[in-house]
Amino acid sequence: MKIKLIDIAHGRSGDKGDAANVGILAYDDNGYQIIKKYLTVDRVKKHFEGICFGEVERFELPNLRALNFLLNNTLGGGGTISLKHDAQGKTLAAALLRMEIDTGE
Amino acid sequence: MKEKIKIASGQGFWGDLIDAPYHQVMKGEIDYLVMDYLAEVTMSILQKQKNKNPKLGYARDIPELMRRILPTCKEKNIKIITNGGGVNPIACADAIIEIAKELGIKNLKVGVVLGDDIKDSLDEMISQGAELNNMETGDSIKTIKDKILSANVYFGAFPIVEALKKGADIVITGRTTDTGLTLAPMIYEFGWEKNNYNLLSAGTIAGHILECGAQSSGGNFLGDWESIENFAEIGFPIAEAYPDGSVIITKHQGTGGRVSFETVAEQLLYEIGDPKNYITPDCVADFTSIKLEDMGNNRVKMFNVSGAKETEFYKVSCSYSYGYAASGSLTYSWPKALTKAKAAEQILRKRLENLDLHFEEVRAEFIGYNATHETLAKKLNEDDINEVMLRFSVRAADFKSVERFGKEIAPLILTGPPAVTGFAGGRPKPSEVVAYWPALIPKKLVTPLVKIIEA
Repeated sequence: MKIKLIDIAHGRSGDKGDAANVGILAYDDNGYQIIKKYLTVDRVKKHFEGICFGEVERFELPNLRALNFLLNNTLGGGGTISLKHDAQGKTLAAALLRMEIDTGE
Repeated sequence: MKEKIKIASGQGFWGDLIDAPYHQVMKGEIDYLVMDYLAEVTMSILQKQKNKNPKLGYARDIPELMRRILPTCKEKNIKIITNGGGVNPIACADAIIEIAKELGIKNLKVGVVLGDDIKDSLDEMISQGAELNNMETGDSIKTIKDKILSANVYFGAFPIVEALKKGADIVITGRTTDTGLTLAPMIYEFGWEKNNYNLLSAGTIAGHILECGAQSSGGNFLGDWESIENFAEIGFPIAEAYPDGSVIITKHQGTGGRVSFETVAEQLLYEIGDPKNYITPDCVADFTSIKLEDMGNNRVKMFNVSGAKETEFYKVSCSYSYGYAASGSLTYSWPKALTKAKAAEQILRKRLENLDLHFEEVRAEFIGYNATHETLAKKLNEDDINEVMLRFSVRAADFKSVERFGKEIAPLILTGPPAVTGFAGGRPKPSEVVAYWPALIPKKLVTPLVKIIEA
């Protein structure tokens, strides 16, 4: 079964230096089990290929049914130095929600 | 001890809705109004203003705001806490005192937190053993020392608590953490001990929820935002805090926006790193301990928060000069809008090359096509896109290269691909780029100072 991430989760993103923080929050417990299983470091790194040039760090917040990702080396040098239109990574949570998950069921 | 206190967020950054703090004071009962004005970029702007005029260097919206809210705040005993003092909190306090005199308000005490500005004592700090290496890169501060524009230590809640204990009606600080502004009244009112890290963490996390203004009460909500009512009159968040560390996040009745599990949880995920180690000068809060309960009617209860002892360091943020940058844009219409924009990019690159200018970085983006999501943007029929805006940006160490680039945008209209418009407002001007140098400093080297000024 193919699941669109945007149907089961929302999110928010921002900047931490040259890293972007991307928080993804599932709407319910079932959704959290899905994102916890399928939103691995490798999948997120591959999703942001050509955007994130550093290590992806992943943290779990089961209490909020959420995952937090730090995408290192992503914002073109960070807040004030960056020439990017989205220098603070504000739209990157939405970019991650483009992902489709194949649960194979 | 009060049974509960209501702390209202009035500003998420300098430039936020001007009327938000006014409405927080006027549209319902609150005990404290807290306002975060300082982004990192703000400190260097304020430093430049102070360099030109020693009476400036604070958020200049504050005196005019005080004119509108002080009489009500004084009458209802609403205390005001803000870090909008920037690099000149004394001048900010003096300006407030002037307004109070004009309004005939007497017995007003303004507390000022000083000591965060270490720009002039950096050498001394270094000689006393502060390394001030870049926290992210490990580089030595020597590489940027002669380019430093400002250097400020992030203080926490306790200097504000001291000012409140001395009877301050208003507390003006320089570089204080956003979270400390909200935590301080809880410590003061409920007598929380310095080593009760769970309670300090609860107040800190409440501060994180309030620090971006309406971003926790429906603004910028990526869930079902279309169902949120009355964005135009959005209510800013209010933390109803209790002595046991539980906090109800809410907003004034009748205002727009929404406070729900989802809107609060989304803000909790904003700009955090490791959720188990949210480091502030006051404590290390654990975001994985938070329990949220949506009570309905725009009320969300937060409880069960735990945390750990604070570290032995303050964070320092230095700003330093990092050259110049400019951006220019042009809009290309159908047919083949994207092809034209890409051709224009190549022409511009070639012309800049021929001019033998030296840029550290050159970047072209195609707004309307893939500027935000880049490689993840949906593939469109490139020949059929209605319009594309080419945004072309450069950054260089020298002013002249960037200034020269600014003269190359408009000529593309008559010397490049057709059906182009949208050049207005003159040549893009170079703006100074200010970079940040995050570092740590042992707490024992810096002492906050609290001063009370009376009207």
